[in-house]
Amino acid sequence: MLSRTADHLFWMARYMERAENTARMLGVSYEMSLLPQSHDAAEQGWRGLLSISELTSSFAQRFGEVTARNVMDFMIRDESNPSSILSCVRAARENARAVRGALTTEVWETQNQTWLEFNKLLRAESTLRDPGPVLERVKTRSHLSRGVTVGTMLQDEALHFLRIGTFLERADNTARLLDVKFQAAVGGDFFGAQAKEGQEIDFYHWSAILRSVSAFEIYRKVYRNVIVPEKVAELLILRPDMPRSLAACMNDVVANLNLVANAQSAETLRRAGRLRSDLQFGHIDEILATGLHAYLTQFLDRVGDLGVGISRDFLVPMAA
Amino acid sequence: MSPGPRFDEMNAGMPGAPDAVREPYRTYARWLADQPADVMQQRREEAELIFRRVGITFAVYGTKDEGGSGTERLIPFDLIPRIIPAAEWREMRRGLVQRVTALNRFIRDVYHDQAILKAGIVPAGQIERNAQFRPEMAGVDIPGDVYSHVAGIDIVRAANADGGGTYYVLEDNLRVPSGVSYMLENRKMSMRLFPELFSQHRVEPVAHYPDLLLETLRSLAPASANDPTVVVLTPGMYNSAYFEHAFLAQQMGVELVEGKDLFVRDGFIFMRTTQGPRRVDVIYRRVDDDFLDPRAFRADSTLGCAGLLDVYRAGNVTLSNAIGTGVADDKSIYPYVPKMIEFYLGEKPILQNVPTYLCRDPKDLQYVLDHLAELVVKEVHGAGGYGMLVGPAATRQEVEDFRAALKAHPTNYIAQPTLALSTCPTFVESGIAPRHIDLRPFVLSGKSVQMVPGGLTRVALKEGSLVVNSSQGGGTKDTWVLEV
Repeated sequence: MLSRTADHLFWMARYMERAENTARMLGVSYEMSLLPQSHDAAEQGWRGLLSISELTSSFAQRFGEVTARNVMDFMIRDESNPSSILSCVRAARENARAVRGALTTEVWETQNQTWLEFNKLLRAESTLRDPGPVLERVKTRSHLSRGVTVGTMLQDEALHFLRIGTFLERADNTARLLDVKFQAAVGGDFFGAQAKEGQEIDFYHWSAILRSVSAFEIYRKVYRNVIVPEKVAELLILRPDMPRSLAACMNDVVANLNLVANAQSAETLRRAGRLRSDLQFGHIDEILATGLHAYLTQFLDRVGDLGVGISRDFLVPMAA
Repeated sequence: MSPGPRFDEMNAGMPGAPDAVREPYRTYARWLADQPADVMQQRREEAELIFRRVGITFAVYGTKDEGGSGTERLIPFDLIPRIIPAAEWREMRRGLVQRVTALNRFIRDVYHDQAILKAGIVPAGQIERNAQFRPEMAGVDIPGDVYSHVAGIDIVRAANADGGGTYYVLEDNLRVPSGVSYMLENRKMSMRLFPELFSQHRVEPVAHYPDLLLETLRSLAPASANDPTVVVLTPGMYNSAYFEHAFLAQQMGVELVEGKDLFVRDGFIFMRTTQGPRRVDVIYRRVDDDFLDPRAFRADSTLGCAGLLDVYRAGNVTLSNAIGTGVADDKSIYPYVPKMIEFYLGEKPILQNVPTYLCRDPKDLQYVLDHLAELVVKEVHGAGGYGMLVGPAATRQEVEDFRAALKAHPTNYIAQPTLALSTCPTFVESGIAPRHIDLRPFVLSGKSVQMVPGGLTRVALKEGSLVVNSSQGGGTKDTWVLEV
């Protein structure tokens, strides 16, 4: 397959996944902002969201005051923000259009339809008044996009690169979400509840985080116990059977990378495998001992590094 | 617009008269009369929705939407098909095979012996001074001696004195003609919207076009390629015909490449793939000559592949169409095509040319200047309906402006009488009304000359307009070749 084609497929999947995770992140923040809390805490929540997406300064230039409505506006439909849902959906569709021949008709039409719909819907005034249904709709279209991909594409390189894009982006986004929400909850790095006696465990906070990655019921099913932050971290980092956990994402990245391996890719595969086995054999106590924030920062670096390697080995190879 | 005889493809006479509807349209016209207006309106909306969802759009140059990307527009699809009786098509087909064969012989001749110039049939100056003449191609042999593998021949029909319609070739497009995807998508659309019509009519199918194209392209591969790798070369997704490039690549199951995907190594062309370089044998290029190789042609081109020309001249890759075909589809060469047919094939032309005045000839120029308001004047190198004057539809000021341009550069222009182009009933704001149409059949030349029945019918949606180009507000129709 053409390297350029693989590149577009990889980014199409990444942008769609990013749109979904942004919707999830906004959804949970919005839900938390409805809980009784001080004005400062609410503003702190929105600031955290911007900082984790590395958008603090570009937001400040556009809006100034950090309010729920402004952050929603910026993250949902601001076209100057490359990470807004509107920008992501547009980028996913542009990438799909560039390689529409490599997609099944259903995949292309789904992507195109998603863009046509959101280009109208996200601009509507009602979107900011009541973002809930819109954010749900983003998730639904993303589910549809992934489903039609798996359900109709030939299981060849094109699908493998789409899958790599999806899971690499999801690994990144889940890690960012964990980082920002844990920091918000404990007001700094998290070393495990035992380390900080008397810390109040806020059921609503943690259940909102779990719901944001569709993990509330899963948590109950897996632990059959009350919600404690260590277990939340364990579930979302280490459980290979939790579909949005870092471990699950890396399993899928590695599996798909192995299917497309080429003459230059040995080092990238090694690093991916190494990252995966760190998760496979990791323990939550070890992770928390060094601090969750430090751990996730390092994880994000390694995921970023993998993206660079994949790009160099497959997507944008140097001139022959 | 022009007084005198008119020819409508469907309606021959006064409504109600027994022969009011021409034979090929009778079943269709009865069916159409039975359709409630709101149902047809629904179908029109459905068609538009589907075209939009499928993304069958073209980019409009020079305009941007609010997001800053180029505007994507739909080409309006008209629900009423244009019908060509099979007997007329067979005759047209013979004429197309003959014409395209002669044109290919001409291009080969121009780049080799120049027999037709030596015989004084085409003036040598017309070739040497032609910007589309590529001296790089002189003496280069290419597979099968075929140059224009995909030709789009624009045909119009005009009313003649005895009330019938005569087909004329309006122009030959021998470089990178586009529109075939609309022919295919229009058929898909009408079968989807009106399946019952296809059980009532025996419409010749067209869906095998990509198959014929692939067969043609493979047949032209360099002898060194056993199982040739074919690719489609596109300028990219912001090109106005990008949909078509992607569509044809997908339908043929070949890679759609951009210039940056290709490179030259050891005298061959390779593309960058996820599994390393892979050799390319046949390039169906939808990029103009000028942009193909920055080392040989325009140095600022980022659309081509540096070194491509050398590989091509060495016979290690096939370009389709060949480089330099533009020398034969120039409007200043067009008037000589009937003579080419006689010269190379020893046959009488089956398809007629529109009578043409060459403004570089002082006698013709004088005639044109005296009759500007009645004539269509075209720039010799213009395309897409730009740079032309339709005398009867122009304001006095436009005529005078053109007169000045014409006097300043007479060699840049040709003129033709305003033909009463045939019309076909078409859905417009006010209901159904006659609108002018043309036809572009796509002629494939490889080991043999092949085509699917019919072609793309374009329709000028503005009342009285003769300009059918999509960039100028034209629409399209499904085209049926029908056994009656």
